[in-house]
Amino acid sequence: MSVTEILFFFLSALAVFSAVMVLVSKSPVHSVLWLIAVFFAISGHYVLLNAQFLAIVNLIVYAGAIMVLFLFVIMLMNLNAETEPQKHMWMKLAGVISGGCLLIILVSMVRQAVDLPGKTALMKEGNIGLIGNLGKALFSDYVVPFEITSVLFLSAMVGAVVIGKKE
Amino acid sequence: MPIQYYIYLCLTLFTIGIVGVLTRRNAIIVFMCIELMLNAVNLLLVAFSKMHHGAALVKDATSSVGIEGQLFVFFIMVVAAAEVSVGLAIIVMLYRNTHSVDINFLNRLKN
Amino acid sequence: MNKLALLVPLFPLIGFLVNGLGRKSLSKSAISVIGCGAILASFAISVMLFFDVKTNGGTVTTLFSFISADSFQVPFAFQIDQLSVIFLLIITGIGFLIHLYSSAYMHEEEPQHFGRYFAYLNLFVFSMLLLVMGANYVIMFIGWEGVGLCSYLLIGFWFKNDNYNYAAKKAFVMNRIGDLGFLLAVFWLLFKLGSASYSDVFANVSNLSSGDITAITILLFVGAMGKSAQIPLYTWLPDAMAGPTPVSALIHAATMVTAGIYMIARSNILYTMAPATQTLVAIVGLATAIFAATIALKQNDIKKVLAYSTVSQLGYMFLGLGVGAYTGAVFHVMTHAFFKALLFLGAGSVIHAMHHEQDIRRMGGLRRYMPITHITFLLACLAIAGIPPFSGFFSKDEILTAAYTQNPLYYYIGVAGALMTAFYMFRLYALTFLGGFRGTHEQEHHLHESPWQMTLPLIVLAVLSTLGGFLGIPEVFAADAHSLDHFLQPIFAESTRLAEHQHLGTSQEWLMMGGTTLAIVIVILLAVRRYRNYRAAETENTGVSKLLEHKWYVDELYDALIVNPLNALAGFFKNIVEKSGIDGLVNGAGRLVGYGSRQLRLLQSGQVGNYILVMVLAMVVFILIWFNDQNIMRFISKIF
Repeated sequence: MSVTEILFFFLSALAVFSAVMVLVSKSPVHSVLWLIAVFFAISGHYVLLNAQFLAIVNLIVYAGAIMVLFLFVIMLMNLNAETEPQKHMWMKLAGVISGGCLLIILVSMVRQAVDLPGKTALMKEGNIGLIGNLGKALFSDYVVPFEITSVLFLSAMVGAVVIGKKE
Repeated sequence: MPIQYYIYLCLTLFTIGIVGVLTRRNAIIVFMCIELMLNAVNLLLVAFSKMHHGAALVKDATSSVGIEGQLFVFFIMVVAAAEVSVGLAIIVMLYRNTHSVDINFLNRLKN
Repeated sequence: MNKLALLVPLFPLIGFLVNGLGRKSLSKSAISVIGCGAILASFAISVMLFFDVKTNGGTVTTLFSFISADSFQVPFAFQIDQLSVIFLLIITGIGFLIHLYSSAYMHEEEPQHFGRYFAYLNLFVFSMLLLVMGANYVIMFIGWEGVGLCSYLLIGFWFKNDNYNYAAKKAFVMNRIGDLGFLLAVFWLLFKLGSASYSDVFANVSNLSSGDITAITILLFVGAMGKSAQIPLYTWLPDAMAGPTPVSALIHAATMVTAGIYMIARSNILYTMAPATQTLVAIVGLATAIFAATIALKQNDIKKVLAYSTVSQLGYMFLGLGVGAYTGAVFHVMTHAFFKALLFLGAGSVIHAMHHEQDIRRMGGLRRYMPITHITFLLACLAIAGIPPFSGFFSKDEILTAAYTQNPLYYYIGVAGALMTAFYMFRLYALTFLGGFRGTHEQEHHLHESPWQMTLPLIVLAVLSTLGGFLGIPEVFAADAHSLDHFLQPIFAESTRLAEHQHLGTSQEWLMMGGTTLAIVIVILLAVRRYRNYRAAETENTGVSKLLEHKWYVDELYDALIVNPLNALAGFFKNIVEKSGIDGLVNGAGRLVGYGSRQLRLLQSGQVGNYILVMVLAMVVFILIWFNDQNIMRFISKIF
């Protein structure tokens, strides 16, 4: 077993474990922290796949900006484990069972797919994930969508201000 | 790494996200689970991108096939950032009106 | 001249619309002027048409295509010929007199009901004109139904009285039974010949098998039975007395009941070619004549006596049709229209004077108070009894003579009926006008002659009743003097050619006339003698008299045989089948939907979590269905 594989399995286990912990944590603050762990694991996967730019962006945008925003909101509302609303036991069970069913079905579909066996994802090598190549593609072929995202951000900003402002 | 491993990992994360949406009542946790699902899909996109890139590299050493997948992930992150800002604004407003973040209080369109 | 025919039904229609729509705003005098004027205008045009037909013969005027389906055509066409023009004159002429009479008779009604009354009357005349003028059986059927409708409306005119409504319903239902026969006959004709126009039907009558003709004629006769009140569908006519008296006059004299006679006279060729039906018509007519006459002997309501006498006289007309004396039947329709209208209007005058008292046992001695009514009524009685030279004598004699040539038995029964007619008419006359007054003092105090609007029609009709018979003087008196026969010659020419006629010897005919007249005179004297100084006997009638007084219990028989079982069946359907069966089904369907929606509504809880749960489950199911593959199943079964 190579180092890459060991890292892959370690990161996978960390991601799944952290994701589960997001669900089972009583306190929202803990959930946020576990979710940050998931994002770190996923960023590790990106590094393994040699998608360095995305790995960094994921950390900065998600683990940094977005999760801090979540944390900020939670702190603002003073939410903690005691005030956490709980669903009925049966509803939780139903949710888990239906989610499990979906997982089983999806996994079985992947297993029976005929053109997947033998395909591998290129690890460590390949330079499309480097910032230079991505930047070239982004500012040549994809420059129009990139500019349009600025409009999206502007509208999101306006929306957030309008919704959040006091009447 | 065989691509199935990535698929299984992403499906697992995605399903955990769904189960979170189904079992939790806290709007913020639900929102976080949605982010989790988005990230699962992002990971899968990058994995597929590298899969295609690897297949293309065998024929052409300078190929840039598969770069679209990563660009797509980039845009998804952009959209997610915008979505989170608006979504959290809505949750804040909800909390201000009901003093709760319980989505079961949102069972009516009016009031 | 063709287009002129359109005006005849148009005027009453306009009168109907104006009076019907304006009944709340028009004054009574305006209403009566419009109502009477419309009919008078029609009458004037009918007279013009009469002279036109006399010189130029019949014409057919097509207005528009009523039904047009491929080769099947029913034009909306009017046929003006010798037969229809005679009926036009009767309908509009007598109709006008009755309208005039009504304007005084109904004067106590409120303006609104007064307008309604005249609107109905005009519609009645319009329908009858349509019936008579139509150039095919379909148009005739429109008029046929319209007449039935109007009779319903007018019989139930005083709709606040439930008994009157019942009588109206009875008339309508009885007519419907007959109408069904008529309708079937028309369908049969259309099916066999593809046309209902008289000209087509009569030209192609030889293409029909004798079975077809017999069936069609019998079905038509069923229609005539309903409209013209023959056994077994006659019971509505006496009950139709519920309507105002002028309406009775209109129904009995000018319109409605003569429709059956007209229809058979119009279809005379069909009937001549179906001897079996002719025999049936003759027997039914004769039976009705004698049967109704017996009932009339013991009735005490002045209008009921007249009603049964109408039924009886209609029986004579059908006897005439049955023995092939079509001219005689039409002639009798005409004379009967004169004297029966006169009798009803006279009776109306009496009832008007007596303040709606109709029982003849409480009248008497009225001749002193109402001289014009008395004289005219007497003339009408003489006419209907068949005393020469009054009109009834000629027409009835023509029918009876024709019946004798067919079968002497018809003749003897017919004469017996005529004797009864004379008896009950003069019983009625004597009870009403002779002797002393038997009513209350208050009534006696108010006795008066009627106003001119009522007496004028009486006088005109009296003149017609007296002289009308000279239109059809028999061959015995003077050769070629039967002007009506000559006039109607074109209509019945074909039938006359087909049926062989034997003529009686002159001496035998004289003998029969003389004998009958003598017998009638004796009967009249008997009746007058017996009832002149009538004192109301308190003893109840027994035996045959009671049977007759109760009209042979026919109504009760119909009730027991038809009405009650139908009511029981209807009750069964209403209480059991409808309530528990159909209602249960309908309500159950409603309740099921309500229950289902109440349950379904619970799904729309507004809980986002539930929606997502269902969404995920649906995704699972869809994927299973979409990739319905053994591998998935195998994998799943391997897991569990």
